[in-house]
Amino acid sequence: MSEQTAAKPLLGLASEVTSGNSFDMPKGAEPSRRNWMIACGAAGGVAAAATAIPFVGSMTPSEKARSAGAPVEVDIGDIAPGGVKIVEWRGKPVWIVRRTPNMLASLKGTESQLADPKSDRQDYPVPDYAKNEHRSIKPEYLVAVGICTHLGCSPVAKFEGGSASGISADWKTGFFCPCHGSTFDISGRVFANKPAPDNLEVPRHMYLSDSRLIIGKDEKGEA
Amino acid sequence: MAAEKQVQADGLLGWVDRRFPLISLYKTHLSEYYAPKNFNFWYFFGSLAMVVLGIQIITGIFLVMHYKPDASLNAAGIPVAFASVEYIMREVPFGWLIRYMHSTGASAFFVVVFLHMFRGLMYGSYREPRELIWIFGCMIFLCLMAEAFFGYLLPWGQMSYWGAQVIVNLFAAVPLIGPDLAIWIRGDFVVGDATLNRFFAFHVIAIPLVLVGLVAAHIIALHEVGSNNPDGVEIKAKKDANGIPLDGIPFHPYYTVHDIMGFAGFAILFAAVVFFAPEFGGYFLEYNNFIPADPLVTPPHIAPVWYFTPFYSMLRAVTDVFTWTFVAAALLGAYGFYRFKPFGQMGAYAGMAAMLVLAVLFRLLDAKFWGVAVMGGAVIILFFLPWLDKSPVKSIRYRPSWQKWLYGIFVVNFFVLGYLGVLPPTPVGQIVSQLGTIYYFGFFMLMPLWTPLGEFKPVPDRVIFQAH
Repeated sequence: MSEQTAAKPLLGLASEVTSGNSFDMPKGAEPSRRNWMIACGAAGGVAAAATAIPFVGSMTPSEKARSAGAPVEVDIGDIAPGGVKIVEWRGKPVWIVRRTPNMLASLKGTESQLADPKSDRQDYPVPDYAKNEHRSIKPEYLVAVGICTHLGCSPVAKFEGGSASGISADWKTGFFCPCHGSTFDISGRVFANKPAPDNLEVPRHMYLSDSRLIIGKDEKGEA
Repeated sequence: MAAEKQVQADGLLGWVDRRFPLISLYKTHLSEYYAPKNFNFWYFFGSLAMVVLGIQIITGIFLVMHYKPDASLNAAGIPVAFASVEYIMREVPFGWLIRYMHSTGASAFFVVVFLHMFRGLMYGSYREPRELIWIFGCMIFLCLMAEAFFGYLLPWGQMSYWGAQVIVNLFAAVPLIGPDLAIWIRGDFVVGDATLNRFFAFHVIAIPLVLVGLVAAHIIALHEVGSNNPDGVEIKAKKDANGIPLDGIPFHPYYTVHDIMGFAGFAILFAAVVFFAPEFGGYFLEYNNFIPADPLVTPPHIAPVWYFTPFYSMLRAVTDVFTWTFVAAALLGAYGFYRFKPFGQMGAYAGMAAMLVLAVLFRLLDAKFWGVAVMGGAVIILFFLPWLDKSPVKSIRYRPSWQKWLYGIFVVNFFVLGYLGVLPPTPVGQIVSQLGTIYYFGFFMLMPLWTPLGEFKPVPDRVIFQAH
């Protein structure tokens, strides 16, 4: 059996090795072969790198997660003046604050201390209808995402002014982030030189009637 | 080609050794690996880190048998993941013990690794020819931080949830791609079930595999060049007639016995924590984490676990006004390139240009991004230590005394930053952590200037060792 194999090499290839000499490398460079090897290697490398696409893609939000981002309807008729209603939209808390005239008056005095009083920054673009001092469609109601623009904690309401707030003696009213100490006025505008760079996000929203609000959608479409 | 190996052993050992380099591996890494004879207390922590890695892998395997990475609510309205951890604690036989070993092991890992790294810092163990050992070690430290962070989400308590929320949002600070990057990491618009499942995958498969590979590389590199020692003297410089370092002793049995003693001491402390203080006053297991995750309510005070707090303090220290300090540092750096030309004339121009661009960027991009960059940079800067330290000696023993003070202040500063990171933000704390951040970075970045200065003590030819 073994003798037969030795006598008839596979595919009939004659081999120098069987004659008792050691294997010899072909002499001289072979640029054509080398170029083909480089080309094949590069093409194979591109193909191998492209296999990362499905793996990286699989980590983006699934269809289920995307559809959970649908708009939310809220009844705001039962919020008392100075009260807050929190609804969940895309897993984030959205605050609907019914502001008292006193609260709205507090917006006048703070502008010089704010980082971005006119909401000009574009990281969380404010819809045109909320690009004003009260940052809302109706001055009475503020609709804002209750997530600090610093690192995503949820700020707490500090509506009481003065030193009772635990912030400072001249505190008027607004919100305070317990994580890193950012403060926001009652329109969700961040005070200057705090960790948070941006004002609280105002989501797209519109009124369906006087007491019904939809969040995540406006006349221009869904967020 | 290596010469044909001669196998002397017979029987089963011989059979194996003819097929696998068992005896030569044993000799290279244990019985004929010559380590300096003057190792002290600080040399326990390398082997202890391996022990803790073993504890974490074994306890981890048994925890995975009962844990469920599922953020949906069960019939009682509790997230399944949170409930499965409580199930391990209350209903799985010895589940409480295995989990406390794992949670205490996480903190113990950082204790021994911080001490191990500080040992390297003191004795110059990162200096030539041990740069790669140090770099592998820094990569291990990065993996360890990732492992701890991913693992901390799994109990799905309030601190798990909001801690992950804060850290993932760090990535949103990256210019241009930030918000999309954060969504990609979470797999959802908020931290949710998708996030929990992928963190579980990273925690139990991906990172441990990388970690074990890096530990192997760390040790292979170590055994290639040989261990440093408290005197920072190369023992390979003085060998006997057989080519064995005069000041070297075989790792086995000398250091295996030494390390077993170290392990005994460690095991006593470890067991004391596991059995008597597994929460360690809220530092190893934070009390807020006994409340199930609630995406709509942030706990009044969020603090990371103690081992992240020094870096977290540096993150918090970066405010808009503080970035002017960075601008000043970049301008000083530009002057440094102009004055000292460490990389030649072209290098000086390139360095100055880079520093000026950086100075502009410090003000152009948000302070929030620079906070993140500072936190990451505090770890990344360690990689460059072998090239920053220009001291003529390795060990702190032969450095000028005033340099010992700098090292001492560095340690105190690290503790102060760690302590401030646990506390809620205060105006005074902010200023102190800003000074601390400046010291931390100044210590490393100015090393090329201060390490060669002063009166150095003469370094002995051989290690200093008194036999007991």
